[in-house]
Amino acid sequence: MKNGTNQSRRNFFRQAATAGGGLVLGFNWLETSGSVPSIVNGTASVAGTAADAFDFNSYLSISPKGIITIFSPNPEVGQGIKTAFPIIVAEDLDADWKAVKVLQAPLDTIKFQRQVAGGSGSIPHSWKRLREAGATARQMLMQAAASRLNVPVAELTTQKGVVVHTPTGRKLTYGELAADAAKLPIPADVKLKDQKDFKLIGQSIKNVDNLPIITGKPLFGLDFYREGMLFAMVQRPVAFGLKLKSVDAATAKAMPGIVDVVTFKNSVAVVGKSTWQVKKAREALKIEWEKEAGTESTADHNKLFAQLLGQPDATVRRKDGNVEEAFRNAAKVVKSEYQCPFLPHSPLEPMNFFAHVRADGAELVGPTQTPELARNETAKLLGIPPEKVTVEMTRMGGGFGRRLKADFVLEAVEVSRLVKAPVKLIWTREDDMTGGSYRPAVRYRFEAALDVQGNMIGYKLRGAGINAGNSTRENNFPSGAVDHLLIDSADHKSPITTGPWRAPVTNFLACAEQSFLDEVAFAAGKDPVQFRLELLDKAKKAPVGEIKYDIDRMKGVIRLAAEKSGWGRKKEVAQGFSVYFSHASYVAQVAEVAMQKGKPVVRKIYAAADCGVVVNQSGARQQVMGGIVDGMGHAMYGNLTFRDGAPEQTNFNSYRMIRINEIPQVEVHFVDNGIEPTGLGEPALPPTGAAVANALFKATGKRLRNQPFAEQEELKGVS
Amino acid sequence: MALYKLKINGRDYRADVDPDTPLLWVLRDSLGLAGTKYGCGIAMCGACTVHVNGEAARSCVLPVSSLANAKITTIEGLSATGDHPVQQAWDETDVPQCGYCQAGQIMMAAALLKRNPKPSGEEIDTAMAGNLCRCGTYHRIREAIQSAANKIR
Ligand code: FES
Ligand code: FES
Repeated sequence: MKNGTNQSRRNFFRQAATAGGGLVLGFNWLETSGSVPSIVNGTASVAGTAADAFDFNSYLSISPKGIITIFSPNPEVGQGIKTAFPIIVAEDLDADWKAVKVLQAPLDTIKFQRQVAGGSGSIPHSWKRLREAGATARQMLMQAAASRLNVPVAELTTQKGVVVHTPTGRKLTYGELAADAAKLPIPADVKLKDQKDFKLIGQSIKNVDNLPIITGKPLFGLDFYREGMLFAMVQRPVAFGLKLKSVDAATAKAMPGIVDVVTFKNSVAVVGKSTWQVKKAREALKIEWEKEAGTESTADHNKLFAQLLGQPDATVRRKDGNVEEAFRNAAKVVKSEYQCPFLPHSPLEPMNFFAHVRADGAELVGPTQTPELARNETAKLLGIPPEKVTVEMTRMGGGFGRRLKADFVLEAVEVSRLVKAPVKLIWTREDDMTGGSYRPAVRYRFEAALDVQGNMIGYKLRGAGINAGNSTRENNFPSGAVDHLLIDSADHKSPITTGPWRAPVTNFLACAEQSFLDEVAFAAGKDPVQFRLELLDKAKKAPVGEIKYDIDRMKGVIRLAAEKSGWGRKKEVAQGFSVYFSHASYVAQVAEVAMQKGKPVVRKIYAAADCGVVVNQSGARQQVMGGIVDGMGHAMYGNLTFRDGAPEQTNFNSYRMIRINEIPQVEVHFVDNGIEPTGLGEPALPPTGAAVANALFKATGKRLRNQPFAEQEELKGVS
Repeated sequence: MALYKLKINGRDYRADVDPDTPLLWVLRDSLGLAGTKYGCGIAMCGACTVHVNGEAARSCVLPVSSLANAKITTIEGLSATGDHPVQQAWDETDVPQCGYCQAGQIMMAAALLKRNPKPSGEEIDTAMAGNLCRCGTYHRIREAIQSAANKIR
């Protein structure tokens, strides 16, 4: 133990006794801001003690009654972080999970780091600090018990919220010790549990919000209500490339419940007393739009793709060896193109946000994956310091990347500022589907050069995107395993807005690449699994350039998926293989297709995932199952097309999403290797499309190269 | 605007709204019953499912003026403490991911089991096909319905 003023290595922990005499530990805790948190929807009361007894500069607090409150700083978007984070803290604290209450912390960049839901990055970023938070508190509680019992710390152990003196069996609860422990200096080096002693991590632990969810409590942004707030809907340009010319709001303004109609940038906001009234009044707006840029159609994009793939100039992303020579010397060349459409994110809860702009600052409440961005952009817009903006995160009805942006937050802020009232901005489903920031449409061209033995000696990939930026991931497999390689990309700047969509880029790149490798294996006369393993062996023995993936871990999931699915041993079904490394995790999948009444049906998908230590079995399994359903659904059906800059699909009647009667069985396996955990919100999705396409090829002899599969001739032809 | 009397979860409510206002928005905006969710507004997602006279209905397309004398049950009234067998099965199976669709799923499943206490897998799929789950919790929804059915029996 070191003295509290003699700070530990990284000035990591500080302490503060709470008003209620409990122990509070935090990370990067600097000083008490004195602000009492206003917890969204009043969930603070579940802590069991008065809400103001808890200082907010903390991750965990222990009340004298033994209730352990763990604050979860990261936004909960369905990735399960609000359950997983506290599990990690509680593990090294040796807490009784039943006595743990979890609260969502608001944005606080002083107390917390990386309050972001995205990139499957929450767990890897926080694993160690969360464990240390728990372990430090545990050690202080043991120290307090040692003094109280007048025994050496070494004779003490803990279990489920109780410190036990092993020789005599005497026990003290964490609640009894909290006040004393809070006064102790911070231990500089804490011992983390051995993984074999884990009691919570690796178990199946239920979503901490199950009860409020299943009883319909107002948890979500759309449910947020503040006395006196107004409702707002915004009419945006009806097509990408248009701008506002004139507005006649007379009829709308005269409608019942309408308080005001205001205009900002290219948007017109209708503000009123209820959702339905503003929705109807918005329909009564008479707006003229005019062109400010090209209004593009899907047919234009298809022409652009041909142009971008054909043009000599492109941005080179990776170049190994001499690719032209390899293709000249090739015994066989395989060449294919793959294409995907734009996709809306379609979280079931559409965009919405509450904003109250006051003279002295702004209050924001709502569903955001990036609260800090919301705050900073708001501050910029209002010309005030970021400290004047507070952000509370509600539970989110999905995000899939859409809520990484702050456009809808800023709309709420603009409207609140203009009408000088608290405002809840609501997007309808139509707004959500036509409001932009899509997964970009991309077309890839792959070329492979094989030598006489069927080894892939050359590999070329050109990515052509519409507002896709770099549509490749140049250091992903098979880079490093091929001697001569060229990866480049070309992009078209479009008025159609795009943004990250669950597993950005790789959500389709993986499908294209893993389908193409299947084609190459077929052309080389090799088993697809064996072909991939050979490439990885080659990367291990004679690596080419930089290798950013772990060869052994990738082989591990390949082998596990092959083993569990009985790869190559089944007669009754056609199997397709796929493996992908993304967001630091590895997932291999085998899809099985059977012919039913002359039609191919995806019966089952096996998944083998390596995300290191599995924090919560239940949550992790669901992430994989959900990722597969998502991956298959969008590969099969998702399609957003454009006509003169306007999306042609506007709601779930014209935009198809996968339904319960369309899902295959899913079987999930995890590699148990004890490596520090990596994220799982995204990595299960990328491999699915190719596993399905490769199995469909095996079953029907037809390659599906364009998404959505269900709309392709190849599938229609099968009967 | 007109005054409507509604019987919801065994209680009497009044709402002063336009006659064409869908029940969904009366529940959410006027009565503070926000458990019933909005997902599409056109009866394509099931997030807004409630029971009207014991049968599942999409509240986003039910004008309030059509509900005189109707007996309405929302998620808040299925069981406020979460002890309806379907809610319990949902918790035990750990169905919710983001959770947004689940009130609608639960109301749909409860209506199904009332009508058909022993649904086959296919019957479950048919009944639940109108309820979207963007997070893809369909496997657990099936499992939870089966386990609730076993319990009710
Ligand atoms: S909101 Fe009613 S079915 Fe979608
Ligand atoms: S749990 Fe997220 S939409 Fe169903």
